[in-house]
Amino acid sequence: MSKNERLLEVKDLHVSYGAINAIKGIDLYVNRGEVVTILGANGAGKTTTLRTISGLLKSVSGEIIFDGKAITQLPAHEIVSLGMSHSPEGRRVFGTLSVEENLMMGAYTLKKYDAKTLEWIYEILPRLKERQKQLAGTLSGGEQQMLAIGRAIMSKPKLLILDEPSLGLAPVLVKVIFKAIKQIASSGVTVLLVEQNAKAALKLADRGYVLELGKITHTGSSEELLNSEVIQEAYLGKKK
Amino acid sequence: MDIFIQQMVNGLTIGSLYALVALGYTMVYGVMRLINFAHGDLVAMSAFVGLTVYTQIFGENITSLVAVITVFVFTAAIVALVGVLLERLAYRPLRTAPRLSAVVSALGAGLVIQNSVMLIWGPNMKIFPSNIFPSTIWSFGGVVITFTQVMILGLSSILMVGLYFFINRTKIGTAIRAVAIDQDAAKLMGINVNRIIMIIFVIGSALGAVAGLFIGVYYRGVTFDMGWMYGLNAFVAAIMGGIGNIPGAMLGGLMLGLFNAMITGYISSQWAETFTFVLLIVILVFRPTGILGEKVAEKV
Repeated sequence: MSKNERLLEVKDLHVSYGAINAIKGIDLYVNRGEVVTILGANGAGKTTTLRTISGLLKSVSGEIIFDGKAITQLPAHEIVSLGMSHSPEGRRVFGTLSVEENLMMGAYTLKKYDAKTLEWIYEILPRLKERQKQLAGTLSGGEQQMLAIGRAIMSKPKLLILDEPSLGLAPVLVKVIFKAIKQIASSGVTVLLVEQNAKAALKLADRGYVLELGKITHTGSSEELLNSEVIQEAYLGKKK
Repeated sequence: MDIFIQQMVNGLTIGSLYALVALGYTMVYGVMRLINFAHGDLVAMSAFVGLTVYTQIFGENITSLVAVITVFVFTAAIVALVGVLLERLAYRPLRTAPRLSAVVSALGAGLVIQNSVMLIWGPNMKIFPSNIFPSTIWSFGGVVITFTQVMILGLSSILMVGLYFFINRTKIGTAIRAVAIDQDAAKLMGINVNRIIMIIFVIGSALGAVAGLFIGVYYRGVTFDMGWMYGLNAFVAAIMGGIGNIPGAMLGGLMLGLFNAMITGYISSQWAETFTFVLLIVILVFRPTGILGEKVAEKV
């Protein structure tokens, strides 16, 4: 597995909601084994970008290549079976399904769920094992986020897309979530992460993009971005 | 007491037919948030399809287990296909349109089916042969149970228990529940939502077809416009049980059948409809989500 091989490549992507252009021509790529983060303010188009990559939204123009295949026109469910898994914003667990059933739905594209993957998920997110039989809707926000992540890796993806995994969580839980993401990444899963918590995201990521009003304004290694004054001021809460 | 038990048997019989039809309404509503108003007409159509299959293939006088099974399977398959076509032509193009457009489309599709039945089979009442099931009757004291009633109760129970297990214990069943909760999230699991909706229409229509055939066998006279009445009752049953909820549709159907039979037995059959809607209003006033309600468990 070479680090320089492109797993995901987005070229000149344009997305619009009716007359409103949400994404105005962005280019980005994610290499195999990398953790890449997209930073940006609310409304910058981060979620729209992710939803377009995973096929929930259709682009106006541009190209998305995943694992050597053009997926721009594929429906979302087919993209999943190619090895991309998207844990959406707001967790979106199936409230009236049990934790276990939610995880099984994560493995929907596999003939049979992988027992080892399930065991591993319970290992890195032990709270889920305790709550196996409980309805997902009765979990706390943090537990639902754990479930959303666990559910997303049940399909044994090559690329894991995470949209705001720490949104609205207590700092203790944010730590748990980031630790789990780190473990997932070090197991060889490529991660594309959108986060409000820019500092935590950049610490975890190899590289980052900054999205502003539908355009990429900065890009670089996490270190470069962490040390850039513009970024510090806008996203890391440091004053000049 | 005899009247009471007799009416209970009658009520459970018609109630299980309502339940079978109500399942079609509730499953489609659960996944698409759409009342499939054409469902009742599909039920009426199946009685005619079944009658034709029976007389064309087997002739009027031959009856056997094989013949009956063939008629049921054939009819269910044909009606399921019509159900799938209905979804493709009348509902899928309106998936993202305002719900009112889809409801109007449903009403229109119902009229199309109803009028097609009238054009194909004529406007007059058709009579089912009396010998499809043996005319065996069991009598316990003053209570009479016919072979047909036993078949209706038996087969409906099997179908409903089977459906319950399918929905709750299998991968596809779980996927159906997932799609009902959140279509986008389901897509992200790799679930083909269009295929799930197709499966819903196959199951709902096939169950409706079984009910339509039983209506023919039980009441014998079938008319092209009877779907309205059965559909409405089943719709009421689905709402009583909690629309979108599968056990609710079963419970609502059986309750409505029993309630109807009791009104018929103790007051008058002419009041049955009136009381049905009084009951519906009372239930909706006290439990707007129906008896079992739509299960809601969300936490943000």
